[in-house]
Amino acid sequence: MYDVVIIGAGITGAMLSRKLSRYQLRIAVLEKENDTAEGATMANSAVIHTGYDPEDGTLKAELNVKGAQQYEEICRELHCLYKTVGAFIAACGPEEEAQLGVLAARADARGVPYRRLTREEAITEEPNLSDGVTAVLDFYTTAVVYPWEVANACMECACNNGVELFLNTPCQAIRREDGCFVIETPQGDIQTRYIVNAAGVHAEDIHAMVAAPSWHMTPRRGEYYVLDEDAKPVQHIIFPVPSKEKGKGVLAIPTVHGNTLIGPNSDFVDDPDDNGTSVDGLAYVCANIGKTLKNIPLNRSIRTFAGVRPTTTCPDFIIEEAADVPHFIDAVSIESPGLASAPAVADRLIEILAKSLELIPNEKAVMTRKAPVVLAECSPEERNALIRENPAYGRMICRCCQISEGEIVDCIRRTCGARSVKGIKKRVGAGFGRCQGGFCEPRVVHILARELGISPLEVEYGAKDSHILERENRV
Amino acid sequence: MEKELICVNCPMGCRLTAVIENDTVVSVSGNRCPKGKAYAETECIRPERILTTTVRIMGGIHRVLPVISERELPLDRIFEAMEVLRTVQVQAPVAVGDVVVPDILGTGVSIVAARSMEAV
Amino acid sequence: MKKVDAVIIGGGSAGLSAAVTLKKQGIEDILVIEKDGEPGGILEQCIHNGFGLQTFKEQLSGPAYAERYADMAKKLNVKILLNTMVTNLTADRIVEYVNAEEGCVQIQAGAVILAVGCYERPRGGINITGTRPTGIFTAGQAQRYLNIDGYMVGKRVFILGSGDIGLIMARRMTLEGAEVIGVAELMPYSNGLPRNMKQCLEDFNIPLMLSHTVSKVFGKERLERIEVVEVDENRNPIPGSEQYFDVDTLLLSCGLIPENHLAEHAGIVLNPATKGPVVDDRYMTSAEGIFACGNGLHVHDLVDFVSLQAERAAEGAAAYLKNGKPLGSTLQIKNGNQVSYCVPSQFYPDDPAEKLTVYFRVRTPLDAGTLVIRSGGQIIRKVKKRKLLPSVMEEAVLLGKQMNGLTDDITVEITGEE
Repeated sequence: MYDVVIIGAGITGAMLSRKLSRYQLRIAVLEKENDTAEGATMANSAVIHTGYDPEDGTLKAELNVKGAQQYEEICRELHCLYKTVGAFIAACGPEEEAQLGVLAARADARGVPYRRLTREEAITEEPNLSDGVTAVLDFYTTAVVYPWEVANACMECACNNGVELFLNTPCQAIRREDGCFVIETPQGDIQTRYIVNAAGVHAEDIHAMVAAPSWHMTPRRGEYYVLDEDAKPVQHIIFPVPSKEKGKGVLAIPTVHGNTLIGPNSDFVDDPDDNGTSVDGLAYVCANIGKTLKNIPLNRSIRTFAGVRPTTTCPDFIIEEAADVPHFIDAVSIESPGLASAPAVADRLIEILAKSLELIPNEKAVMTRKAPVVLAECSPEERNALIRENPAYGRMICRCCQISEGEIVDCIRRTCGARSVKGIKKRVGAGFGRCQGGFCEPRVVHILARELGISPLEVEYGAKDSHILERENRV
Repeated sequence: MEKELICVNCPMGCRLTAVIENDTVVSVSGNRCPKGKAYAETECIRPERILTTTVRIMGGIHRVLPVISERELPLDRIFEAMEVLRTVQVQAPVAVGDVVVPDILGTGVSIVAARSMEAV
Repeated sequence: MKKVDAVIIGGGSAGLSAAVTLKKQGIEDILVIEKDGEPGGILEQCIHNGFGLQTFKEQLSGPAYAERYADMAKKLNVKILLNTMVTNLTADRIVEYVNAEEGCVQIQAGAVILAVGCYERPRGGINITGTRPTGIFTAGQAQRYLNIDGYMVGKRVFILGSGDIGLIMARRMTLEGAEVIGVAELMPYSNGLPRNMKQCLEDFNIPLMLSHTVSKVFGKERLERIEVVEVDENRNPIPGSEQYFDVDTLLLSCGLIPENHLAEHAGIVLNPATKGPVVDDRYMTSAEGIFACGNGLHVHDLVDFVSLQAERAAEGAAAYLKNGKPLGSTLQIKNGNQVSYCVPSQFYPDDPAEKLTVYFRVRTPLDAGTLVIRSGGQIIRKVKKRKLLPSVMEEAVLLGKQMNGLTDDITVEITGEE
């Protein structure tokens, strides 16, 4: 019998797992995919918004500000990349400038720092701003992270504190028995006192297993281009002025490692798993980035991708115990700014749990994790010391991102380690560069096979059964 | 009868014109070397190709060893030759040019190692 | 810091040829740095024949061609560091490399020759929409899995792009028992060598669909289906032309791009048309003492030309080490009508190379045309050409005496006149 089962190992479930792991509880996380952070956490804008945007009086406003304030510290504790790049909200014309005033007033009320820039001032820092941009608000504390890295690090930390993570474990049905829940999975039944529904785009399916929800999932897909790291059209995140209809609009985002994301659009989709890109979606991104920026070299795209936001009919986050099902708690509708809000969403969930669940601190819990070796960030002396100790750090596997065999082996062997080529890409970045794994993938396949003690034929690209190789050609 | 051909002997890819009378090539033009003439003569009667593939190698730095037919094989027997090579195993070390399968399918053409491979 | 006369980055066909030439030119203190476990580079997986006709008057397989050069290098005692990645290069020729034995090392080179090769354009550079299943490979990736590792990547295969690697993989996978459904080419003409069209597609009745592209892919874990569309003259999809093929594998053979990370970090000026460094008639880049050759300079269709140009680059580097830079300043060699790029693209009118072969490609296929090389109003050379194809690299030879004393840039163009 578990005290708490968290359904979903995205940023919300992972952040909650880590925060709950400081208490003496038996916790399980059920994830239907082959890795953590495979849903909306894998494919979003990766921005830690500071909290000026959500409407007054919403959970989004409150939790965004509180969540963003915790991020830098969490990333430090977990040795995750966190890069403050600043966000320019670029207004075109008097009407939008008036909107900037509204955002500034909200920021003032919420204690979010910013500065006002004239077009002339802004253009010296961002020469590619479009000719239509007339004024800018710079939310200079806005940061970017790798959301999947943060989620995975949280889960690793939680698992080191005793949380149990079950991958490839979809939740098929939920029964109530003797005052507790029985969750049916292909791997057998799991009993628990509490359930937290952090199932992202599938949250309605999960909720419907215990009661009819008062909201509906209306997933919205967003598509992006990823530009080569040597094409650096912007230094800051560039937003258009947000609107009620179009949300945050099409942005340009410098990522932690210096690539640039251009996107997203926003399209309602019927299938919550429909994360394919589309001609129309990408064309929309192309057409609309021109509102705030010019000279965007989309011809230097190395990749396009799409993510699906867990939008519901409720405009705000839904973080509450189901009215008719005690001990079943939703963390639902966590769309933007869900990434930035995640630490505060977790805090709110813990407050709800604490109403009926005794939380005794676990003195042995460690809220940090061992720093991964990142050779690219080491001095030559540090590298040499590492290579002397373990020569695998001297064998470079990913040419584009300069990632060594040692780093790849480390990320497989860690708690919550990589099990697939994509898992390695998410953890150390091998294959994120301009050749997109063309060079390193065959080498990564061999390392995975060796470390997992399986045949290269069994190595998966990402999802379960996504085998890369078909057969041995010469037995 | 005239036939237009692209010589596959080398990457120059010469455009050849062969004149055929009574199932015999009587003249070839467009070739930049004698191989082009020979190519056109066989191509019009019974096409031949160099075969390159791999065979399993034990104890080498890789699992497979590239091999090559030392001369052209009839194109219509290429798949048969592949069937033979599918089950061939060699042991490292191997030197480039070492015979892997002598006289494959009785064609008089040997399959040889396309590279040297040391034993590990 | 350790010093060495010349560092060659890359131990493939260009790097080995450059090393051999440097030794022959009397430059003894040289170092080749190779990222893989053996010299040879991409040739090791190019097991098909057709290499070396110019250089050795023989038809060798890729590995055999590489072995010839590796043997020459060995006889000349060329020092090759294997399993070693160059991690940084500066404009003043400090080379940083890393390997398991020595760790991270910096050396000062008198001259550097970039022989770094190229990479394949990935899916993201082509804009195929749809899901992200496994089963989509670049042709070279599938080639490595098959020819070096000994694994097949699929059973029912479609190929996008008629580049030579794609065509060669069509035959290779057919011979190994896969069913190759077809090859789509965005352009109205093939991008592969004519002989590969013949012996890789026609021999096996594999259809080539010109002016077609793969627009969308389907499948969750593994590729299940692709959508192929016809495109108009502006390469835009024609609505209603969609065809669907159930395949488990899609190979991408959509262009090779010189690998220029190191050059960019050293601040070397790149040519937007080739995506490799701009070089002068000695193959020297904009950074003094740093030379470039091979597929890292511009993408070749024949390895023989790679070896040949690497020799020129090595001669340039040797001359630089002995005598310093050529005299005077450079003039440009510009792309004229129908010419998409020229390499080299600079020359020294006051100190020209004895003989300079300018390599260029045409923009579109031409049945016939006249190569005209001019400088200002003066026509230097005129040569009739037949059957010009973008997939086939062309040459224009300039003699030192023709370049000597010129005051205007040179333009290379193809005119319609006979």
